Amino acid sequence: MSRFIARRAFSAILLLFATSVVVFGIFEVIPSYNPARAIAGRNATPTTVAQVSEKFGFDKPIYVQYGNTMKLIFTGQIIDYSDNLNVVQQFGQRFPVTASLVVPAAILWMVVAIVLGSLSALRPGRLMDRGLMVAAIVGVSIPVFLLAAVLLYLFAFKLPWFPNTGYTKFGSNPAQWAYHLILPWIAIAALSIGFYSRVLRSSALDVANQDFVRTARAKGLSERQVFVRHVLRNSLMPIVTLFGLDFAALLGGAALVTETVFNLPGIGQYEAQAIGNLDVPPIMVGAMFTAFFVVLFSALSDVVYALLDPRIRLTG
Amino acid sequence: MDEQLLEVQDLEVAFATEDGLVHAVSGVSFTVSRGEVVAIVGESGSGKSVTVMTLMGLTRSPNSRFAGTARLRGEDLVSASEEQLEDIRGKEIAMIFQDPISSLSPVQRVGAQIVEQIRAHENISKAAALDRAIELMGRVGIPNARERARAYPHEFSGGMRQRVMIAMALSLSPSVLIADEPTTALDVTIQAQILDEIRQLSAESDAGVIFVTHDLGVVADIADRVLVMYAGRLVEQGTVDEIFYDPQHPYTWGLLGSVTRVDRDPPRRLPAIPGQPPSLVRAPAGCPFQPRCPHAFDRCRELPPLAPQLPDAGHLDRCWLKPSEKRALRETDGRIGLTEGAAS
Repeated sequence: MSRFIARRAFSAILLLFATSVVVFGIFEVIPSYNPARAIAGRNATPTTVAQVSEKFGFDKPIYVQYGNTMKLIFTGQIIDYSDNLNVVQQFGQRFPVTASLVVPAAILWMVVAIVLGSLSALRPGRLMDRGLMVAAIVGVSIPVFLLAAVLLYLFAFKLPWFPNTGYTKFGSNPAQWAYHLILPWIAIAALSIGFYSRVLRSSALDVANQDFVRTARAKGLSERQVFVRHVLRNSLMPIVTLFGLDFAALLGGAALVTETVFNLPGIGQYEAQAIGNLDVPPIMVGAMFTAFFVVLFSALSDVVYALLDPRIRLTG
Repeated sequence: MDEQLLEVQDLEVAFATEDGLVHAVSGVSFTVSRGEVVAIVGESGSGKSVTVMTLMGLTRSPNSRFAGTARLRGEDLVSASEEQLEDIRGKEIAMIFQDPISSLSPVQRVGAQIVEQIRAHENISKAAALDRAIELMGRVGIPNARERARAYPHEFSGGMRQRVMIAMALSLSPSVLIADEPTTALDVTIQAQILDEIRQLSAESDAGVIFVTHDLGVVADIADRVLVMYAGRLVEQGTVDEIFYDPQHPYTWGLLGSVTRVDRDPPRRLPAIPGQPPSLVRAPAGCPFQPRCPHAFDRCRELPPLAPQLPDAGHLDRCWLKPSEKRALRETDGRIGLTEGAAS
């Protein structure tokens, strides 16, 4: 186990390094990229721009710039070019918002997907199964900005059931916190439920044909016991793997469209603004942040995998 | 010893497929009594596995059709409800499957799997059930049973896994034990051990055993009575001595003739029954073996009934040939086999 952790930690460091280099490198090749001009402002004189450039070190060789940037990131001092805010601090403030959005949505979609996927597998070809297939295709195809906008229009504007965007901190008012997040949770969950339940359904149908399920039935177990104790348990592996990656990406800010539409001040919203402004520091920190979660959650899902199936030994 | 546990009457099992109705089992009747071992022999596709799985209700699906009855101590299994079957499975009638690595759950410890079987029908604590499971594992010859109960199936060898299945099947002392080719996936030396286990344990518990196999050597070793199946039908039925020493059906001769004997000179070519088993979808009328039988004659176009042709009422066969003709046709150079012979 400790070797497993050591190997994963090492690959995390490598990945973070590679991510940072790639993101940094991308901006060096973008033609319109001129951070000094962006920081100095639109009406700045060339002299001011040159001064800014010197101050921030934009005139230095690229590897020096890279080194400086990384130093600033890891000492928590890096600031963004658009608003002069401390990037690490911004991430710290915004992370709870993203977590509030992503974690309950993830729980919602996994629970519903497992239930619906199981029901489909138990009665394949019937109405529920076919309905779910349609839902899955819709969920995968529909652009999230459209879904979010439609939800907002129908349930916050046309029918004033839910508030019209905004975020309330959990600490100040839990009820309002949830109230503001219900539509965003639905937006995120709706995209994944269809897909995950289809994956589970397919996995469960495969497992249901295996010999040991027949043995379980031959023991006199009820269909429910056979399904839950034998079929379901052996069908979870694929969705565990998928979930690890999806969840990691979402925590890193992949829900940026949802955050923007619903005006939730989370990491995704910050990253979206930064991309629009070609603001390198938040983008770099964001990419590394996401990379970190991806490594962490893929390691966790490997651990869960090994717990579910004793034939699997944890290797690096 | 004579108590009749299972009575199967005219069992028919068919599956609706895209190509038509597949008649997997047609008109099969037999009985199993306490303490006896009944072997069902036949080639792949003869309907032997479908027959025994139907007894446990494991062939039920939206496209399966059944007729006939199978009474276990008076209660019909074919028409029983799912609840009734759930009560019976594991408790009154239990099954050992062919391939123990795929038939045991890979994610559960073996002790837990036996415990699950016990607790499916008896309301006892997990600890008590585990003690019983360990004791059973010891009785089937698994050493260090208490430790091994915590192991997973993939940590056992094939023979040990099959012993686990046997322990599991016998845990509730069922009246009927079905073994569906339990030794096919094992090597010969282990096979002998497993057969001994099955024979000994079933003798101890006085269960009736149905043993499905395609291996005549196993049949000779373990069976009291033998049912020979072909194309979904019973073609011969008798005691093991009758089947081996006085077989009445040409298909049985073919089966016996294809066994290479250690005590004789090896043949130049391995004897085999020429041809293929018939399609079970559009089965031709008449004797199912007729296309491959060198002794077929015009009467064979009509399906022979399963009837005794000898004074011994227990020895039945489905062949129009007279006993005297059979005796003449079945042996060549002192060997029983299916050869081109003069048909009447």
